[in-house]
Amino acid sequence: MSGKAHLTIDRIRCDGHGLCAELLPELVGLDDWGYPIVAPGPIPGHLLAHAQNAVTACPVLALALKRADKPAR
Amino acid sequence: MIRQRLLAGPDPMRGPEGLASHVQRLGHPPSIGSALIDVVESSGLTGRGGAAFPVGAKWRSIARRHAGQPFVVVNGAEGEPQSMKDRVLMTARPHLVLDGAMLAARALRTSRIAVVIGESHRAALASMAAALAERPERELRQARIVIAPARYVAGESSALVHFVGSGIARPTTRPPSMHEAGVDGRPTLVQNVESLAHVALIARFGAGWFGAGTVLITAVGAGAAPGVLEVELGTSVREVFEAAGGGSRPTRAILLGGYFGAWVGAGQAWDLPLDPVALRDRGLTLGCGVVGFLHDAGCGVCETARIMRYLASESSAQCGPCFFGLRALADATARIGERGSNTEDLARLHRWSQEVAGRGACRHPDGAVMFLRSALAVFAEEFANHPPHWRAEPSQPRRIA
Repeated sequence: MSGKAHLTIDRIRCDGHGLCAELLPELVGLDDWGYPIVAPGPIPGHLLAHAQNAVTACPVLALALKRADKPAR
Repeated sequence: MIRQRLLAGPDPMRGPEGLASHVQRLGHPPSIGSALIDVVESSGLTGRGGAAFPVGAKWRSIARRHAGQPFVVVNGAEGEPQSMKDRVLMTARPHLVLDGAMLAARALRTSRIAVVIGESHRAALASMAAALAERPERELRQARIVIAPARYVAGESSALVHFVGSGIARPTTRPPSMHEAGVDGRPTLVQNVESLAHVALIARFGAGWFGAGTVLITAVGAGAAPGVLEVELGTSVREVFEAAGGGSRPTRAILLGGYFGAWVGAGQAWDLPLDPVALRDRGLTLGCGVVGFLHDAGCGVCETARIMRYLASESSAQCGPCFFGLRALADATARIGERGSNTEDLARLHRWSQEVAGRGACRHPDGAVMFLRSALAVFAEEFANHPPHWRAEPSQPRRIA
């Protein structure tokens, strides 16, 4: 996995468990209700492994890595 | 300038125009199949449901798919509470809408049509059902009417597609886009009833005849009652105000585009052209054509609090940032209205309205915070200095929460 990868969130699936913010605080913050706010732009290369871990850890499979050019919403 | 095209003919307030009168007045729509896509494209017609997307380009992108016969969803849900133009059109000119639906189906080489009508629009429903029963064309004989729940978000196009396909009126996560896989997994066209009625006339009279085109406007707060006007695109806000009957009190702010739109101070608004592209260039929207006038005794904070409460209650509760965020924003706005200004709530309104944007599966939260941000700008003074329990109209107290 290299190049322009983005984190995307399926907002309907996301229940605000917050593991993504726990595992990837560099790119994911939480709003006042515990739902993730993802930093805009592609994932820097040195964080790709952590991003993959966060995707794997999401209990509802809402977080995904996309190589497309559409940024995370 | 007032220009009657969709509403030309018998007085629209006298009820539905039947098929005989419709055909006598306008003739039958021409049978030109998919060649209509070029005509619609060169007319420059944009969607009248709110997004103002070019209609011809949308049809072309669906015609290009090869995933079975497309589905045509005729959108008469009209969930925007202040808008009346779709139901007026469906009630008065049902055959114009059906002509457009049939022409769209023929252009996309399909016979699958669903006509979605909001459940509270009873006159429109009766008129459309009666009109459908009069039509001999194969596409229209097979068309079904789907009654949509009276929810704001039910008119959102992915929610509409979801509802027609499954009976659940909730937005879905995209992609896939409905152009690729909508109702029954088919490429799906969702088109507002007014857009289709314009197509019915463009097919008859040509792209050149269309010119700038007309648009249906619902004027609220001018004159005695809300009214639906048909005006040429580019008509100014002032002309609409005057045509709608004007007002006996000075106007202080104008809500352009309805609950998904934005407040504009009256001074800046009067000369604005009602044209989706010109408004978009100014960071505004015509939305579904609602123009609301707030007179000088109205309170911008209280009016905004009331609308935010409504928008929060209309979240389909699927996405956390929308469900919790809009509720919190409505609460904070109401607190300022009820208990007076406080810097904490004001700071929260600014921060949350930035954070919530873009974080739902559909655009409902985006529209709501765009509306709120315009209120914070136009009524900045009132948000900062709102006294506790201040009522815009003391004779008509209104409880917000």
